[in-house]
Amino acid sequence: MRPMDCVIQEVRSEAPQIRTLRLDKELDPAPGQYAMIWIRGVDEVPMSFSGPDAITVQAVGEATRALFSLGAGSSIGLRGPLGRGFVLRGKRILLIGGGVGVAPLAFLGQQARSAGVEVTSLVGFRSSEEIIFESRFEALGGTIITTDDGSLGIQGRVAEGLKQLDLAEFSQIYLCGPEPMMWDIISRARPHAGKIQACINRYFKCAVGICGSCCLDSEGLRVCMEGPVVSAERLLESEFGRYRRGPTGGRGPCRG
Amino acid sequence: MPMPSLSVDVGGLRLKNPVMLAAGILGTTGASLRRAALAGAGGVVTKSLGSVPREGHPGPTVVQFECGLLNAMGLPNPSYREFQEEIEIARTSGVPVVASIFGSSPEEFAQIARGLKADAFELNLSCPHAENYGSELGRFPAMVEAVTGAVKAAADAPVWVKLTPNTADIVELGLAAQRGGANAVVAINTLKAMAFDIESGCPILGNRFGGLSGQAIKPIAVRCVYELAARLEIPVIGVGGVGSWEDAVEMMMAGASAVQVGTALLKGYGVFEEITSGLARFLERKSLDLEDLRGTAGRLS
Repeated sequence: MRPMDCVIQEVRSEAPQIRTLRLDKELDPAPGQYAMIWIRGVDEVPMSFSGPDAITVQAVGEATRALFSLGAGSSIGLRGPLGRGFVLRGKRILLIGGGVGVAPLAFLGQQARSAGVEVTSLVGFRSSEEIIFESRFEALGGTIITTDDGSLGIQGRVAEGLKQLDLAEFSQIYLCGPEPMMWDIISRARPHAGKIQACINRYFKCAVGICGSCCLDSEGLRVCMEGPVVSAERLLESEFGRYRRGPTGGRGPCRG
Repeated sequence: MPMPSLSVDVGGLRLKNPVMLAAGILGTTGASLRRAALAGAGGVVTKSLGSVPREGHPGPTVVQFECGLLNAMGLPNPSYREFQEEIEIARTSGVPVVASIFGSSPEEFAQIARGLKADAFELNLSCPHAENYGSELGRFPAMVEAVTGAVKAAADAPVWVKLTPNTADIVELGLAAQRGGANAVVAINTLKAMAFDIESGCPILGNRFGGLSGQAIKPIAVRCVYELAARLEIPVIGVGGVGSWEDAVEMMMAGASAVQVGTALLKGYGVFEEITSGLARFLERKSLDLEDLRGTAGRLS
């Protein structure tokens, strides 16, 4: 597939370093699926959909900073939707997210809600300033918020919020956020691993399943094609939470 | 009647079947190489390894067409030292693991071959989109001979040379590899190519130039294999657009002793089983063995 030209219709500021870009095309993605976004002259990076026609970007590296700075009327190239998204299972679901990783969960929650599914959310941020989609989650159902600095909600990591929940009550749990946070949740919720779907991040180059840069040890799962949504059961058997590969293909530490 | 044997001795290696995983495809980790072997590949080739870590080109790194794939990965690799562990993981699959290596001089190639343990080396003298590497050396016969000779002297494993089709006469390059002492040549690498985004006028690939692979280049690969097999005494391994058992048969009829599969992995790992079982059925139906098949075209000319 060649990159499709998409014009940014609207830019919405969510937090100091986070913006949502609404595109001129509805691409019918499943929540959890992603697109390769080409910022011409800079680079191409994977981004989750935060809505049927939207992506939410946090300025962290060169490419995301360039994407973050684009205004309405600018255009990008897009390949997607790609990969396997979340699969909705059961009537009572829990969303657990951290930072900008809550974006695909807000999208999933809205689809679930319109399908008559009961939605509970546990979302964590570094501080009250960095909270995004608070009203979207609150409109879906019960919402627990954590902040690392305690400026809003429960003080501490996302896992602090688990104490207020009985995971056995949920038919399915959906997870997305920084890897150490996801690993923390999966480790604590190990008995429930069979019903946790996690949307994970690896270094994507080709995004069509042939270059191998996103392959997960020890199975060799191609995250760009067979993910990015992967069951926690499979992640427990993998490198996830211990190391990840960078642009050279070499192993490095898992960072947020 | 038993199914015909697909095992083959090629360029110093014994393969359980002649259908290998090509360099640069799912070769970044030991686990992905192992998965290709478990899916039925007769041998696997790693992503090209250099002497120092490289991140590769900025994206987009691929452009997909109906008939093929354009890529400019830019030789990303963690360096041969860091990759040894991945080779060991791949070797647990039981099939030979060929290390693809690249350098900017005969000495750099030799240094890598001396420091790395693999079942064979495949010299990348043909990547068309990395400055100072690949076809920038590999288009000169004297350089191909010098690099091959240096690696032969340094390595304790068979040496294969992967050739570029971006030249007027690939046979010159093949003969140079043979003079350098190569155990086999591998033909062909991608064809240098380009694509533009017409909305913006930008070249799509981050590196502007890339290499075209897949179905589109198969007739070129078949012609190169035919020309090389007719003139060389060492075996030719055919690569370029092989995606079905019919393609493999055709490549071997043209003179290939084995084939490598790359772009067709877009369809998934099942492609190895599809090709090997189709090849076995074809040999049975025609009452041929692999040796008969190779060079069928030569006998008819």
